[in-house]
Amino acid sequence: MRRAAAFVRVALLVAVGAAAALATGLEARVPRPAHAPPKGERCVEDTDFMRRNHMKLLTHQRDRTVHEGVRTRAHSLANCVDCHAGAASRSVIGRAADGSEGFCAGCHAYVGVTLDCFECHAATPRPAAAAVAKERP
Amino acid sequence: MSADRQGGVNAARRQFVGWGVAMAGATLAPGVMLFDLAHGRAPEAPASASVRWGMLVDATRCAPDCNACVVACAKEHGLPDGTRATDAQWIRKVELKDLRRGRTLAVPVMCQHCEQAPCVDVCPTGASFKRADGIVLVDRHTCIGCRYCMMACPYQARSFVHEPVVDPKPDVPRGKGCVESCTLCVHRIDRDQAPACVEACAAAGHRALVFGDLNDPGSEIAKRVAGYASAPLRPELGLNPGVRYHGL
Repeated sequence: MRRAAAFVRVALLVAVGAAAALATGLEARVPRPAHAPPKGERCVEDTDFMRRNHMKLLTHQRDRTVHEGVRTRAHSLANCVDCHAGAASRSVIGRAADGSEGFCAGCHAYVGVTLDCFECHAATPRPAAAAVAKERP
Repeated sequence: MSADRQGGVNAARRQFVGWGVAMAGATLAPGVMLFDLAHGRAPEAPASASVRWGMLVDATRCAPDCNACVVACAKEHGLPDGTRATDAQWIRKVELKDLRRGRTLAVPVMCQHCEQAPCVDVCPTGASFKRADGIVLVDRHTCIGCRYCMMACPYQARSFVHEPVVDPKPDVPRGKGCVESCTLCVHRIDRDQAPACVEACAAAGHRALVFGDLNDPGSEIAKRVAGYASAPLRPELGLNPGVRYHGL
Protein backbone atom coordinates (compact mmCIF):
# COMPACT_ATOMS: atom_id res chain seq x y z
CA MET A 1 0.00 0.00 0.00
CA ARG A 2 2.77 2.40 1.00
CA ARG A 3 4.64 1.40 -2.12
CA ALA A 4 1.67 2.28 -4.34
CA ALA A 5 1.32 5.69 -2.74
CA ALA A 6 4.99 6.45 -3.32
CA PHE A 7 4.61 5.42 -6.96
CA VAL A 8 1.68 7.75 -7.45
CA ARG A 9 3.62 10.60 -5.85
CA VAL A 10 6.58 10.09 -8.18
CA ALA A 11 4.31 9.83 -11.21
CA LEU A 12 2.59 13.10 -10.28
CA LEU A 13 5.93 14.85 -9.88
CA VAL A 14 7.07 13.65 -13.30
CA ALA A 15 3.82 14.77 -14.92
CA VAL A 16 3.97 18.25 -13.39
CA GLY A 17 7.64 18.60 -14.42
CA ALA A 18 6.87 17.61 -18.00
CA ALA A 19 3.98 20.06 -18.25
CA ALA A 20 6.16 22.87 -16.93
CA ALA A 21 8.88 22.03 -19.44
CA LEU A 22 6.32 22.01 -22.26
CA ALA A 23 4.91 25.36 -21.14
CA THR A 24 8.31 27.06 -21.03
CA GLY A 25 9.08 25.58 -24.43
CA LEU A 26 5.86 27.06 -25.85
CA GLU A 27 6.59 30.35 -24.17
CA ALA A 28 9.90 30.49 -25.91
CA ARG A 29 8.64 29.35 -29.32
CA VAL A 30 5.42 31.43 -29.66
CA PRO A 31 5.87 35.18 -29.95
CA ARG A 32 3.68 37.21 -27.61
CA PRO A 33 2.83 40.90 -27.73
CA ALA A 34 5.35 42.57 -25.46
CA HIS A 35 3.32 45.40 -24.08
CA ALA A 36 4.03 47.34 -20.93
CA PRO A 37 2.08 46.24 -17.83
CA PRO A 38 -0.99 48.37 -17.06
CA LYS A 39 -1.51 50.30 -13.85
CA GLY A 40 -3.53 48.89 -10.96
CA GLU A 41 -4.58 45.46 -9.73
CA ARG A 42 -7.42 44.63 -12.10
CA CYS A 43 -9.37 45.96 -15.08
CA VAL A 44 -12.94 47.27 -14.95
CA GLU A 45 -14.10 43.78 -16.08
CA ASP A 46 -12.50 40.33 -16.02
CA THR A 47 -9.48 40.03 -18.30
CA ASP A 48 -10.97 37.15 -20.34
CA PHE A 49 -14.18 39.13 -20.86
CA MET A 50 -12.26 42.24 -21.86
CA ARG A 51 -10.11 40.33 -24.38
CA ARG A 52 -13.21 39.25 -26.26
CA ASN A 53 -15.60 42.13 -25.64
CA HIS A 54 -13.72 45.38 -25.10
CA MET A 55 -14.71 46.61 -28.57
CA LYS A 56 -18.40 46.08 -27.84
CA LEU A 57 -18.17 47.98 -24.57
CA LEU A 58 -16.31 50.81 -26.28
CA THR A 59 -18.77 51.08 -29.16
CA HIS A 60 -21.72 51.11 -26.78
CA GLN A 61 -20.13 53.74 -24.55
CA ARG A 62 -19.16 55.78 -27.59
CA ASP A 63 -22.76 56.13 -28.77
CA ARG A 64 -24.00 56.85 -25.25
CA THR A 65 -21.39 59.57 -24.84
CA VAL A 66 -21.69 61.28 -28.21
CA HIS A 67 -25.47 61.17 -28.55
CA GLU A 68 -26.68 61.27 -24.94
CA GLY A 69 -23.83 62.96 -23.10
CA VAL A 70 -23.29 60.08 -20.66
CA ARG A 71 -19.69 60.33 -19.53
CA THR A 72 -19.30 57.57 -16.96
CA ARG A 73 -15.73 56.44 -16.45
CA ALA A 74 -15.77 52.65 -16.39
CA HIS A 75 -16.02 51.90 -20.12
CA SER A 76 -14.72 55.15 -21.56
CA LEU A 77 -11.76 55.09 -23.92
CA ALA A 78 -10.01 57.89 -22.01
CA ASN A 79 -10.25 55.78 -18.86
CA CYS A 80 -8.71 52.79 -20.69
CA VAL A 81 -5.83 54.98 -21.82
CA ASP A 82 -5.29 56.38 -18.31
CA CYS A 83 -4.40 52.91 -16.96
CA HIS A 84 -3.05 51.12 -20.02
CA ALA A 85 -0.57 53.72 -21.29
CA GLY A 86 2.96 52.39 -20.82
CA ALA A 87 4.99 53.87 -17.97
CA ALA A 88 7.92 54.63 -20.30
CA SER A 89 6.11 55.71 -23.46
CA ARG A 90 3.05 57.23 -21.73
CA SER A 91 1.03 56.00 -24.70
CA VAL A 92 -1.08 53.00 -25.76
CA ILE A 93 0.40 53.07 -29.27
CA GLY A 94 3.94 53.14 -30.61
CA ARG A 95 7.06 51.55 -29.14
CA ALA A 96 8.93 52.81 -26.09
CA ALA A 97 12.70 53.07 -25.78
CA ASP A 98 12.78 49.89 -23.63
CA GLY A 99 11.26 47.87 -26.50
CA SER A 100 7.80 47.54 -24.97
CA GLU A 101 4.91 48.18 -27.32
CA GLY A 102 1.84 50.27 -26.68
CA PHE A 103 -0.87 48.17 -24.99
CA CYS A 104 -3.46 48.66 -27.74
CA ALA A 105 -1.24 48.83 -30.81
CA GLY A 106 0.99 45.93 -29.72
CA CYS A 107 -1.87 43.46 -29.37
CA HIS A 108 -3.74 44.70 -32.45
CA ALA A 109 -0.61 44.25 -34.54
CA TYR A 110 -0.18 40.77 -33.05
CA VAL A 111 -3.69 39.64 -34.05
CA GLY A 112 -3.67 41.62 -37.31
CA VAL A 113 -6.69 43.85 -36.57
CA THR A 114 -6.79 47.48 -37.65
CA LEU A 115 -6.83 49.98 -34.79
CA ASP A 116 -8.68 53.16 -35.75
CA CYS A 117 -9.43 54.81 -32.39
CA PHE A 118 -6.23 56.80 -32.17
CA GLU A 119 -6.58 58.41 -35.58
CA CYS A 120 -8.71 60.93 -33.66
CA HIS A 121 -8.56 60.05 -29.94
CA ALA A 122 -5.71 60.91 -27.62
CA ALA A 123 -3.40 57.93 -27.04
CA THR A 124 -1.81 59.52 -23.99
CA PRO A 125 -3.35 59.68 -20.51
CA ARG A 126 -5.14 62.76 -19.26
CA PRO A 127 -3.21 65.04 -16.94
CA ALA A 128 -3.57 63.70 -13.40
CA ALA A 129 -5.43 66.78 -12.16
CA ALA A 130 -7.98 66.59 -14.95
CA ALA A 131 -8.55 62.89 -14.37
CA VAL A 132 -9.21 63.50 -10.68
CA ALA A 133 -11.56 66.41 -11.42
CA LYS A 134 -13.60 64.15 -13.66
CA GLU A 135 -13.76 61.38 -11.09
CA ARG A 136 -17.13 59.73 -11.70
CA PRO A 137 -18.35 56.19 -11.12
CA MET B 1 -54.74 85.52 -30.38
CA SER B 2 -57.86 83.60 -29.54
CA ALA B 3 -58.38 86.02 -26.64
CA ASP B 4 -58.18 88.94 -29.09
CA ARG B 5 -60.76 87.34 -31.30
CA GLN B 6 -63.07 86.62 -28.42
CA GLY B 7 -62.86 90.31 -27.50
CA GLY B 8 -64.69 90.30 -24.20
CA VAL B 9 -62.23 88.56 -21.91
CA ASN B 10 -63.27 88.92 -18.32
CA ALA B 11 -61.15 91.80 -16.99
CA ALA B 12 -61.26 90.50 -13.43
CA ARG B 13 -60.04 87.11 -14.59
CA ARG B 14 -57.18 88.70 -16.50
CA GLN B 15 -56.21 90.67 -13.42
CA PHE B 16 -56.28 87.46 -11.38
CA VAL B 17 -53.98 85.71 -13.87
CA GLY B 18 -51.68 88.75 -13.73
CA TRP B 19 -51.46 88.51 -9.94
CA GLY B 20 -50.76 84.81 -10.26
CA VAL B 21 -47.80 85.44 -12.56
CA ALA B 22 -46.51 88.13 -10.20
CA MET B 23 -46.79 85.78 -7.22
CA ALA B 24 -45.01 83.01 -9.12
CA GLY B 25 -42.20 85.45 -9.97
CA ALA B 26 -41.87 86.48 -6.33
CA THR B 27 -41.71 82.93 -5.07
CA LEU B 28 -39.32 81.86 -7.82
CA ALA B 29 -36.85 84.68 -7.23
CA PRO B 30 -35.22 83.15 -4.12
CA GLY B 31 -35.26 79.75 -5.84
CA VAL B 32 -32.85 80.78 -8.60
CA MET B 33 -30.08 78.69 -7.07
CA LEU B 34 -32.34 75.68 -6.92
CA PHE B 35 -32.99 75.96 -10.64
CA ASP B 36 -29.31 76.16 -11.44
CA LEU B 37 -28.46 73.18 -9.26
CA ALA B 38 -31.20 71.15 -10.90
CA HIS B 39 -29.11 71.08 -14.08
CA GLY B 40 -26.52 68.81 -12.55
CA ARG B 41 -27.78 65.51 -13.88
CA ALA B 42 -26.51 62.17 -12.67
CA PRO B 43 -23.46 60.85 -14.56
CA GLU B 44 -25.44 57.95 -16.01
CA ALA B 45 -28.48 60.10 -16.94
CA PRO B 46 -28.80 61.07 -20.63
CA ALA B 47 -29.16 64.69 -21.76
CA SER B 48 -32.72 65.84 -21.16
CA ALA B 49 -35.10 67.44 -23.66
CA SER B 50 -36.47 69.62 -20.85
CA VAL B 51 -33.28 71.68 -21.13
CA ARG B 52 -32.51 73.98 -24.08
CA TRP B 53 -28.97 75.29 -23.87
CA GLY B 54 -28.54 78.72 -25.33
CA MET B 55 -26.19 81.64 -25.46
CA LEU B 56 -26.88 85.35 -25.53
CA VAL B 57 -24.26 87.58 -27.15
CA ASP B 58 -24.48 91.14 -25.86
CA ALA B 59 -23.04 93.21 -28.72
CA THR B 60 -23.05 96.34 -26.56
CA ARG B 61 -20.51 94.75 -24.20
CA CYS B 62 -18.34 92.92 -26.76
CA ALA B 63 -15.10 94.88 -27.27
CA PRO B 64 -14.06 95.13 -30.94
CA ASP B 65 -10.37 94.59 -30.17
CA CYS B 66 -10.90 91.62 -27.83
CA ASN B 67 -10.28 88.10 -29.07
CA ALA B 68 -10.44 86.22 -25.78
CA CYS B 69 -13.32 83.91 -26.78
CA VAL B 70 -11.57 82.80 -29.97
CA VAL B 71 -8.29 82.15 -28.17
CA ALA B 72 -10.02 80.24 -25.36
CA CYS B 73 -11.91 78.09 -27.87
CA ALA B 74 -8.71 77.17 -29.72
CA LYS B 75 -6.98 76.31 -26.44
CA GLU B 76 -9.88 74.25 -25.09
CA HIS B 77 -10.24 72.16 -28.24
CA GLY B 78 -6.63 72.02 -29.42
CA LEU B 79 -7.46 73.86 -32.64
CA PRO B 80 -4.70 75.19 -34.91
CA ASP B 81 -3.80 78.86 -34.60
CA GLY B 82 -5.77 79.91 -37.68
CA THR B 83 -2.80 81.01 -39.74
CA ARG B 84 -3.46 78.65 -42.63
CA ALA B 85 -6.44 79.01 -44.96
CA THR B 86 -7.45 75.43 -44.21
CA ASP B 87 -7.39 75.74 -40.41
CA ALA B 88 -10.61 74.85 -38.63
CA GLN B 89 -12.53 77.76 -37.20
CA TRP B 90 -15.19 77.11 -34.56
CA ILE B 91 -15.74 80.70 -33.47
CA ARG B 92 -14.74 83.94 -35.17
CA LYS B 93 -15.13 87.63 -34.55
CA VAL B 94 -17.20 89.33 -37.24
CA GLU B 95 -16.92 93.09 -37.57
CA LEU B 96 -20.00 95.05 -38.56
CA LYS B 97 -19.98 98.66 -39.68
CA ASP B 98 -22.93 100.91 -40.30
CA LEU B 99 -21.53 102.94 -43.22
CA ARG B 100 -24.03 105.80 -42.89
CA ARG B 101 -23.58 106.40 -39.17
CA GLY B 102 -20.12 104.95 -38.64
CA ARG B 103 -21.08 102.67 -35.77
CA THR B 104 -18.69 99.73 -35.63
CA LEU B 105 -19.13 96.60 -33.59
CA ALA B 106 -17.68 93.13 -33.56
CA VAL B 107 -19.44 90.02 -32.31
CA PRO B 108 -18.48 86.37 -32.12
CA VAL B 109 -20.22 84.05 -34.56
CA MET B 110 -20.19 80.30 -34.04
CA CYS B 111 -22.56 77.39 -34.61
CA GLN B 112 -25.96 78.85 -33.72
CA HIS B 113 -27.36 75.50 -32.52
CA CYS B 114 -30.58 75.81 -34.50
CA GLU B 115 -33.73 74.05 -33.45
CA GLN B 116 -34.47 73.38 -37.14
CA ALA B 117 -30.86 72.76 -38.13
CA PRO B 118 -30.25 72.67 -41.92
CA CYS B 119 -27.03 70.69 -41.40
CA VAL B 120 -29.01 67.91 -39.69
CA ASP B 121 -31.59 67.94 -42.48
CA VAL B 122 -29.08 67.42 -45.28
CA CYS B 123 -26.62 65.01 -43.64
CA PRO B 124 -26.73 61.79 -45.69
CA THR B 125 -25.37 59.54 -42.95
CA GLY B 126 -27.03 60.92 -39.83
CA ALA B 127 -23.68 62.12 -38.48
CA SER B 128 -25.03 65.65 -37.97
CA PHE B 129 -27.53 65.44 -35.17
CA LYS B 130 -29.19 67.48 -32.48
CA ARG B 131 -28.83 66.31 -28.91
CA ALA B 132 -31.93 66.23 -26.72
CA ASP B 133 -30.85 69.44 -24.98
CA GLY B 134 -30.56 71.34 -28.26
CA ILE B 135 -26.82 71.11 -28.95
CA VAL B 136 -26.04 70.42 -32.61
CA LEU B 137 -23.10 68.04 -32.99
CA VAL B 138 -21.23 65.91 -35.52
CA ASP B 139 -20.75 62.24 -34.72
CA ARG B 140 -17.33 61.78 -36.29
CA HIS B 141 -17.68 58.00 -36.18
CA THR B 142 -20.41 58.36 -38.82
CA CYS B 143 -19.22 61.47 -40.72
CA ILE B 144 -17.92 60.68 -44.20
CA GLY B 145 -16.62 64.20 -44.81
CA CYS B 146 -18.98 65.02 -47.71
CA ARG B 147 -19.32 68.63 -46.50
CA TYR B 148 -22.98 68.89 -47.51
CA CYS B 149 -23.68 70.38 -44.05
CA MET B 150 -21.10 73.09 -44.66
CA MET B 151 -22.99 74.14 -47.76
CA ALA B 152 -26.33 74.01 -45.96
CA CYS B 153 -25.29 76.08 -42.95
CA PRO B 154 -26.44 79.70 -43.43
CA TYR B 155 -23.90 80.91 -40.84
CA GLN B 156 -20.84 79.23 -42.37
CA ALA B 157 -20.16 77.87 -38.94
CA ARG B 158 -18.65 74.52 -39.91
CA SER B 159 -15.11 73.59 -40.85
CA PHE B 160 -13.55 70.61 -42.55
CA VAL B 161 -10.38 69.14 -41.08
CA HIS B 162 -7.93 69.12 -43.98
CA GLU B 163 -4.71 68.33 -42.16
CA PRO B 164 -3.74 65.44 -39.88
CA VAL B 165 -4.41 66.27 -36.23
CA VAL B 166 -1.39 66.03 -33.94
CA ASP B 167 -1.94 65.29 -30.27
CA PRO B 168 -5.71 65.79 -29.86
CA LYS B 169 -7.16 66.68 -26.47
CA PRO B 170 -8.54 63.69 -24.53
CA ASP B 171 -11.96 65.38 -24.29
CA VAL B 172 -12.03 66.58 -27.88
CA PRO B 173 -11.16 63.86 -30.38
CA ARG B 174 -10.52 65.38 -33.81
CA GLY B 175 -9.36 63.84 -37.04
CA LYS B 176 -8.64 64.58 -40.65
CA GLY B 177 -11.56 64.06 -43.02
CA CYS B 178 -14.44 65.07 -40.75
CA VAL B 179 -16.56 68.18 -40.50
CA GLU B 180 -16.65 69.90 -37.13
CA SER B 181 -18.04 72.99 -35.48
CA CYS B 182 -18.71 74.60 -32.12
CA THR B 183 -20.01 71.96 -29.70
CA LEU B 184 -21.02 74.56 -27.10
CA CYS B 185 -18.23 72.84 -25.12
CA VAL B 186 -20.45 69.82 -24.65
CA HIS B 187 -17.80 68.00 -22.58
CA ARG B 188 -17.77 70.93 -20.15
CA ILE B 189 -21.56 71.21 -20.04
CA ASP B 190 -21.73 67.52 -19.11
CA ARG B 191 -19.47 68.39 -16.15
CA ASP B 192 -21.70 71.36 -15.20
CA GLN B 193 -19.20 73.93 -16.44
CA ALA B 194 -19.87 76.86 -18.77
CA PRO B 195 -18.34 76.91 -22.27
CA ALA B 196 -14.72 78.06 -22.49
CA CYS B 197 -15.57 81.23 -24.47
CA VAL B 198 -18.09 82.35 -21.84
CA GLU B 199 -15.55 81.88 -19.05
CA ALA B 200 -12.86 83.71 -21.04
CA CYS B 201 -15.21 86.61 -21.80
CA ALA B 202 -16.03 86.98 -18.11
CA ALA B 203 -12.34 86.71 -17.19
CA ALA B 204 -11.55 89.48 -19.69
CA GLY B 205 -14.06 91.63 -17.84
CA HIS B 206 -16.62 92.03 -20.64
CA ARG B 207 -19.33 89.54 -19.68
CA ALA B 208 -20.74 89.84 -23.19
CA LEU B 209 -21.60 86.12 -23.37
CA VAL B 210 -24.37 84.68 -21.22
CA PHE B 211 -24.86 80.93 -21.23
CA GLY B 212 -27.69 78.94 -19.71
CA ASP B 213 -30.93 77.03 -20.05
CA LEU B 214 -33.50 78.94 -22.12
CA ASN B 215 -36.25 76.69 -20.77
CA ASP B 216 -35.52 77.56 -17.16
CA PRO B 217 -37.36 80.79 -16.29
CA GLY B 218 -35.01 81.34 -13.34
CA SER B 219 -31.78 81.30 -15.38
CA GLU B 220 -30.02 84.55 -16.20
CA ILE B 221 -30.25 83.97 -19.94
CA ALA B 222 -34.00 83.34 -19.82
CA LYS B 223 -34.53 86.51 -17.79
CA ARG B 224 -32.37 88.56 -20.17
CA VAL B 225 -34.10 87.15 -23.25
CA ALA B 226 -37.47 87.88 -21.66
CA GLY B 227 -36.47 91.35 -20.48
CA TYR B 228 -34.47 92.82 -23.36
CA ALA B 229 -34.81 92.75 -27.14
CA SER B 230 -32.66 90.04 -28.68
CA ALA B 231 -32.75 88.38 -32.05
CA PRO B 232 -31.15 85.47 -33.80
CA LEU B 233 -28.96 86.05 -36.84
CA ARG B 234 -31.04 85.82 -40.02
CA PRO B 235 -34.38 85.44 -38.23
CA GLU B 236 -36.17 85.23 -41.61
CA LEU B 237 -34.95 81.64 -41.95
CA GLY B 238 -37.06 80.58 -38.97
CA LEU B 239 -34.42 78.20 -37.62
CA ASN B 240 -34.86 79.26 -33.98
CA PRO B 241 -31.17 79.17 -33.02
CA GLY B 242 -30.06 78.71 -29.43
CA VAL B 243 -27.58 81.59 -29.88
CA ARG B 244 -29.17 85.04 -29.79
CA TYR B 245 -27.74 88.55 -30.15
CA HIS B 246 -28.58 91.70 -28.25
CA GLY B 247 -27.75 95.21 -29.49
CA LEU B 248 -26.89 94.51 -33.12
